[in-house]
Amino acid sequence: MPDLLACRAAAAGERGACFVTAAPKIPSATEGLSTIALVGSPNAGKTTLFNALTGSSAKIGNYAGVTVERREGTFRSGDVARRILDLPGTYALEGETPDEKIVHQILQGEIAGEPLPDALLVVADATTLQRSLGLVLEAIEHGLPTLLVLTMIDEVKARGGRLDPMALSRELGVHVLGVVGHRGVGLAPLRKFLEDPASWPRPSAADAVNIENSQERFARVDALCAAAAAADLEPDRRSDRIDRVLLHPWIGLGVFGLVMVLLFQSIFAWAVPAMDVIDEGFGWLAGASREVLPAGLFADLIADGVIAGVGGVVIFLPQIVILFTFLHLLQDVGYMARAAFVIDRVMGWAGLQGRSFVPLLSCFACAIPGMMAARTIASPRERLATILVAPFMTCSARLPVYALLIAAFVPATSVGPLGLQGLVMLGLYLLGALTAFGTAWLLTSTLLRGQVSVFYMELPPYRWPTWRLLGRQVWQSASAFLKRAGTIILASSIVLWVLMTFPTAPENPAFTPDQQAQANLEASAASSLGHFIEPVIQPLGFDWKIGVGLVASLAAREVIVSTLAQLYAVADTESGTPLREALKNDIDPRTGERVFDLPTALSLLVFFVFALQCTSTVVVMARETGGWGWPTLAFTYMLGLAWLGSFVTYQVATRLL
Amino acid sequence: MLSLADLEPGSVVKIATGVETGRRLSSLGLVAGTEVRVVRRAPMGDPLELEVRGCRICLRAEQLRQVSVERVS
Repeated sequence: MPDLLACRAAAAGERGACFVTAAPKIPSATEGLSTIALVGSPNAGKTTLFNALTGSSAKIGNYAGVTVERREGTFRSGDVARRILDLPGTYALEGETPDEKIVHQILQGEIAGEPLPDALLVVADATTLQRSLGLVLEAIEHGLPTLLVLTMIDEVKARGGRLDPMALSRELGVHVLGVVGHRGVGLAPLRKFLEDPASWPRPSAADAVNIENSQERFARVDALCAAAAAADLEPDRRSDRIDRVLLHPWIGLGVFGLVMVLLFQSIFAWAVPAMDVIDEGFGWLAGASREVLPAGLFADLIADGVIAGVGGVVIFLPQIVILFTFLHLLQDVGYMARAAFVIDRVMGWAGLQGRSFVPLLSCFACAIPGMMAARTIASPRERLATILVAPFMTCSARLPVYALLIAAFVPATSVGPLGLQGLVMLGLYLLGALTAFGTAWLLTSTLLRGQVSVFYMELPPYRWPTWRLLGRQVWQSASAFLKRAGTIILASSIVLWVLMTFPTAPENPAFTPDQQAQANLEASAASSLGHFIEPVIQPLGFDWKIGVGLVASLAAREVIVSTLAQLYAVADTESGTPLREALKNDIDPRTGERVFDLPTALSLLVFFVFALQCTSTVVVMARETGGWGWPTLAFTYMLGLAWLGSFVTYQVATRLL
Repeated sequence: MLSLADLEPGSVVKIATGVETGRRLSSLGLVAGTEVRVVRRAPMGDPLELEVRGCRICLRAEQLRQVSVERVS
């Protein structure tokens, strides 16, 4: 049985002795491998360990019928391969939340298509053994071959604690290993153990059988801690000092507000240089493709369809990167849980709970992970309310739309130390969030009336972020964004180009090339579609071009940007004008007035705050709520609200501005 | 009877014997006999931050009202 110090030595000496690879793409490749399930409380360091053992590219899997995500990867050492199953973090094995239930079902072998795991790798935070051993005892009761991994053993020592893993191992009858996951300490012996899980001791269930309730279980935990010499750790003074400021009655609220303001300011202030580079890059690419390709329809498709469409969206990559860096950074250092603690009272007014805050905040990235994160909410009504209001939170797909319109129509002046553009952006995020809360309140006091469930959340110690992990998370988010640009946006760009190009207008020798291009666009199928819906959207200040964009954006919000980029690229024979300039200069040939002015831009922004224009969100909502009733209601409600909000905005703005 | 919701920040208490805290709270280690320290209230007064078994957790006052406690000198 290796002790903690031996683990350190082994880790230092044997690094590189084993290697791991990413999970194979084909699920059948992992069939027949013995499966090791990772079980542990939230924040125990399970995922860090999972990534270290399997390599970074974990795949997301779905159980048929049961909508809970779990990840699996393959651990390799020499010619040995093991399937590692990362289960959701849980405080108890007979939990109430959907993702806790799944852990229980897997350990019972109750999930079709998922055999009972061959062994359990139980992960516990060494700094919180007095609590986490409760779950360890529950896991041991299952009688599977078990290995206990204690994470963050470096912090135990740093906080003046002691721990005798040998004694713990004797008492529990399982192997116990100490690791520091993010630094790779102790992983080498762990890898050796993973080669042969069948040899792990099977704890006899007899020890656990007498435990009848939590009180007895925790009495046993106290005895175990005494045996393992796990004394009380010194309080984490650094976290205490930080919390005294960040959770101070007045300063705490101020800091919360400041963090939010800073987030939106940085999205604008810091992204611009990188955006200009990308913009020039795509402009050059469009020009170069026209030089290389013979003039004709194919060159038009590549330059106006593909490059303008995809480029119009990819340009917002810097803002996406900043947003995700911020969100992951807040999460990694431990501020996210504090933000939920500070804001829980407000959530309570809306009939939600602090636990809804983290799913809703992750909706700033995308509503889909947000709706899935709602699985950590035990009460079905609060979970449902959270899922239904999630699409109101401003997701990163709205960011390109907001950024384009704000940059084009909101003057880049300052209000005190803050930029007006950043403030408008913050305002849109607030409008979305307030509508989410208002709708949640409406739901929980009408359709979803009921008792507020137990809210509990752990405030983890502040920790320095692991920069490599942060980089990887941001890269994953950025590449997901680029993948959308390469798939759904590329596909819709091509479809829209076809709609915008055919049928063409007859050649008119009297026209300049620009006029001919304009005439062709007016004759196209997209134009007919746009003109068809124009009466409905005219009161909102939208012309047929915006109408085409709105219809196209039902697939995904950012498609409106690529659509507008294409519409203006098609109509503009000299490519190279930035889209925001083209929008400002567009003149309606019938009225002679600008198509886009500030009221139109504001009205369009408000439309995007409210409308549910995202096929994936609707599909995931149907999956998470178990039917099409709720998504239909949400879609209709949000579209109605969008029309009404835009109407009011446009009518008020045209009179005031 | 003193409840966990009534305490001032800084108080150290023990959950009274015979108290059933329910499945959710007990899975967090809040069982009879466990020592609890009230760390602080959130800036808007609710929820409360507690130190239980070496962990900092936050819970709403409403859920703590049923948990009776005894002061530890």
